[in-house]
Parts: sequence; structure tokens; C-alpha cells
Amino acid sequence: MMRFWPFVVFVILAVFLYVGLSLNPHEVPSPLINKPAPAFTLPQLHDPSKTFSSQDMKGQVWLLNVWASWCVSCREEHPVLMALARKNIVPVYGLDYKDKNPDGEAWLRNGGNPYTLVATDADGRVGIDYGVYGVPETYVIDKQGVIRYKQIGAITHENLQGKILPLIAELQAK
Amino acid sequence: MKYLLIILIPLLPTLSYAGEAKDLAEDPVLEQRMVKLAENLRCLVCQNESLASSRSDLAKDLRQEVREKMKQGMSDKEIVDFLVSKYGDFVLFDPPMKSYTILLWYGPFALLLIGLIGLVVQLRKRKSAIPEAQLSAEQAQRAAALLNIPKDAQT
Repeated sequence: MMRFWPFVVFVILAVFLYVGLSLNPHEVPSPLINKPAPAFTLPQLHDPSKTFSSQDMKGQVWLLNVWASWCVSCREEHPVLMALARKNIVPVYGLDYKDKNPDGEAWLRNGGNPYTLVATDADGRVGIDYGVYGVPETYVIDKQGVIRYKQIGAITHENLQGKILPLIAELQAK
Repeated sequence: MKYLLIILIPLLPTLSYAGEAKDLAEDPVLEQRMVKLAENLRCLVCQNESLASSRSDLAKDLRQEVREKMKQGMSDKEIVDFLVSKYGDFVLFDPPMKSYTILLWYGPFALLLIGLIGLVVQLRKRKSAIPEAQLSAEQAQRAAALLNIPKDAQT
């Protein structure tokens, strides 16, 4: 029996290391899941004289996608958002985070605009409220205005099909 | 004089210290309080740096946020609670005692205890595994002679 002990200890260590190494340290679980989405009113990108308020979205399921023209991963994510927008399943609202309006507008002109509407968070204040620490980030917000899911980093086709779309279907059915 | 210089020269570098937070607030007392608080908070972008020393944009913004909250009269605890409510316990360099951090806090003690128990068990086993050698009178004498024990001290 005694001589199996080193092996047992090795297996325990290996399990801990395997779990530790397979976690992504950049994905910090958000404490905002299942909490009401922080309310904000911000100017719109295409017409800064008008505002967009998160309160207007009560009663429908929507996505809040935080992006910026300076953000590299957003380029990777963009085609996925375009495909999602074409499906017309869920309204996608953009939050242009710490960006200059002309840059943001140019970015959407060149790559296409998947957003129903884009609000601008020039000083990053609303970003802090939402616990944004790396762009892109996407929030799924339900009819009651509660955050149900947060995607940290770019949305891929896989997690769109596997996670986000099923969740949206479930929330819309409620 | 020469010796005084030798003593003073090593102190020179302390006169030129590097300022960490470039975005100085007008109030040095508040700035100091902010830096002290931010040293115990983690920057989420460059995760092993503190909020006080990080140069990332988010850290800059959060330092500004902390400054403003201090100006509004919020206590250090209220500010930390605010940041935890947005970013989670991950912002704290000093993790709080919670159900899922028990292993972190008490794991080392548990390991120490297991090690101690193992050690005691091993020592006991060894003691019983090596029987006390029984010597005949002749052998005892030989041993004494080898060890050079004086005759009168024998038995």
C-alpha cells in the first residue's frame, strides 16, 4: 500500500495543475451576472444630440456589445456580429468605449454596422459601472433589465451557437 | 570629512525617487490616500500589477474614479466595496475568507497537519521495526572494550 502513496500524491497534484492551467486567467467571473444592468444615458454615436438610455430597453431581450475602433479583437468579432444582425433575432446595441466619434463612425462605415444603435462612452464611466476591463465584452440583458450573461473577449461562432443564442431563445420565451 | 562623505553618498539615490502615478491630483494628502488604497487592488488588465503602479488606461481611469469617490467623502471601505461589486473579489490582492477560499486559507495548515501525522506514523513504525539488540555477557564485554569504557563503569 505504502508504495502507491507517491503516485496518489502525483495524481492529486496533476489534477490541480490541469484545472489551473486550463483556466483562462483573463476571464474573471463578473459579479454583475443576475444583477440589474447599471442604468445609463449616453449620447448616440451617429447623432450626439440624441441620447440612448438603457431604461428604454425594458421589456425586451437585448445585447450590449462594448467595442472600440482601437480594439484589435473587435475586428475578429465583427463578422460574427454582422451574421447575428442579419438573423434579426435580437437587437444588438453597441457601446463605443473610450473612442473618438469620427474613428468609431469610420470603423462602422468600413466594416459594416451590425448595431441597432450605438452609444458612446467617451470617458469610460459607464464601462466602469459595467465592470468592463477588456474590450470587446458583451452582455445579454433580459426583459427585466437583468444581466444574464457576460462574454469576455470576442464572440465566436461556437459560443454564439452554443451559449448565447440558446440563452436568448430561453429568455425571449419567458 | 571623508568618512562623512562615504556615509552620505549611498543615501543620494533616495533623493531621486520615481513617481508612480503621473496623473497627480492637486491634493497630496488625497493622492497619498488613493495610492495607499490602490496598492492593495489588482489591475484587471495587467493582472499581477497593482492599481497604483499600472500604466494601463483602465488603471488610470480607476485611479481617477477612486480619487473622485474620495473627494465625495466615501470611506476606503465603501470604495473597495464599490470596486468589488463591479469587478469581483479578483480586484483584491488580499482575498477575503469565504466558503470557496477556505482551501486557500486553511489548505497549507491541512498539509502541515498531514505531514506531521505522516512523520509521527513513520517514526513509530521505525521504532517498532528495529528491535533492541540483545547482547550476551561476552558480546557486552567486547563492545565495552571496543568503545574503551573503563572497567568500573561497566554493567
